[in-house]
Amino acid sequence: MSNTMPKNDWFAMVRTLGMVSLLSGVLIVMAYEGTAARIAWNKQQATEAAVFAVIPGAVQKATFAVGQDGFTRLENHDEKGPKVYAGFDASGTLLGVALEASAQGYQDTIRALYGYDPVKQCIIGMKVLENRETPGLGSKIVTSEEFLKNFGALNVSVNADGSALEHPIELSKRGMKPESWQIDGISGATVSSKAVARALNESAQRMAPLVKKHLDQFTVK
Amino acid sequence: MTIEQQKFSRGPSDLSTFLNGLWRENPVFVMVLGMCPVLAVTNAVVNAISMGLATTFVLVCSSALVAMLHNFIPKQVRIATYIVIIATFVTIVDYVIQAISLKIYGALGAYIQLIVVNCIILGRAEAFAGKNTVRKSILDAFGMSIGFTFALLCLASVREILGNGTLFCNTPFVIHLFGPHFEPWAIMLLPPGGFFVLAFWLLLFAWIRQRKTSKGTLTS
Repeated sequence: MSNTMPKNDWFAMVRTLGMVSLLSGVLIVMAYEGTAARIAWNKQQATEAAVFAVIPGAVQKATFAVGQDGFTRLENHDEKGPKVYAGFDASGTLLGVALEASAQGYQDTIRALYGYDPVKQCIIGMKVLENRETPGLGSKIVTSEEFLKNFGALNVSVNADGSALEHPIELSKRGMKPESWQIDGISGATVSSKAVARALNESAQRMAPLVKKHLDQFTVK
Repeated sequence: MTIEQQKFSRGPSDLSTFLNGLWRENPVFVMVLGMCPVLAVTNAVVNAISMGLATTFVLVCSSALVAMLHNFIPKQVRIATYIVIIATFVTIVDYVIQAISLKIYGALGAYIQLIVVNCIILGRAEAFAGKNTVRKSILDAFGMSIGFTFALLCLASVREILGNGTLFCNTPFVIHLFGPHFEPWAIMLLPPGGFFVLAFWLLLFAWIRQRKTSKGTLTS
């Protein structure tokens, strides 16, 4: 052993561990500082891309915070708390609102963004942002075009007293033609498909009536 | 005395130190170390390459630092010190991958952080870098990393071709090997496929080694 330290020299141990930890701290802080801006930009890009993907035709967007009495426009993207994104066309007409949804999947939480059109009262697009589903099976909720077609015009009409959805979003029965508010699941990925339906249902039950009620708060400028 | 010490006392050449990890002591196919990432991230070639590069960075940097400091590290706290050093470089790699691509970061998931407990890295720090010069340690780390990446690629290419019918999917260079009617073997992308393919490669390499040694005894 090339170690020249005397045995049981506690000072040497404390000194070594202390120095190495200090060096480690300096290196990690440098790496963090060097990459923080770029990582934030990447995440921002990912969410922005998703917003435009779930609201077809949208060319500009605005971020709103969800509060007790509706939505307030956010200029600063670093704000914490639940957020929704409104998508507009070039002339500033509201095309839809992108909302976040999440539910427990097969292995971990599935997080998705979906576009809600308050005029047509439909879900007009859905994109899974985060998932740890089984590759090749459950992960088809991200890639399967058949499955994603479900979210082209999924009926989420608000009921008469404006408190919840008229019909809950759910998976259609096996072999049956899905109703306008039902999702045709992926065979071999039932748990994951159900999780997506549950996530959208949970979020839309709460958010769709709220968005519909405060529709005038979504302004482009 | 370990094998490495014996070799060191005989003074192996730089080249043989480097080549050691590639073939004779390949971390995956010979020492069967680091099985967690080997089985987990080899469902696509791009994941295997990213994992290989991340591990290379951590292994080379930590080996260099351990070799630099090995005279100052008391024996009693050496494992704790190695782990702090390794964890530092893993954290740096974690940030860098997030900065390069969130897609790759998502695909590798928890396995980036788990490089900390990859036995290849702690194993090289303990068995090699803690006893050798910086130059030799870096060579050894590069050899081992290339051997590890090679092994990941061996598994990933078979699994991706059979399980998805592609090579380099999720990259701009994606190649579709079969027609649209190809039915992928989904099991190859699932954990059991990892075990099957690993077993197949271990068998192949063990067979090649055995044939080599039996030939060697015949000629001598």
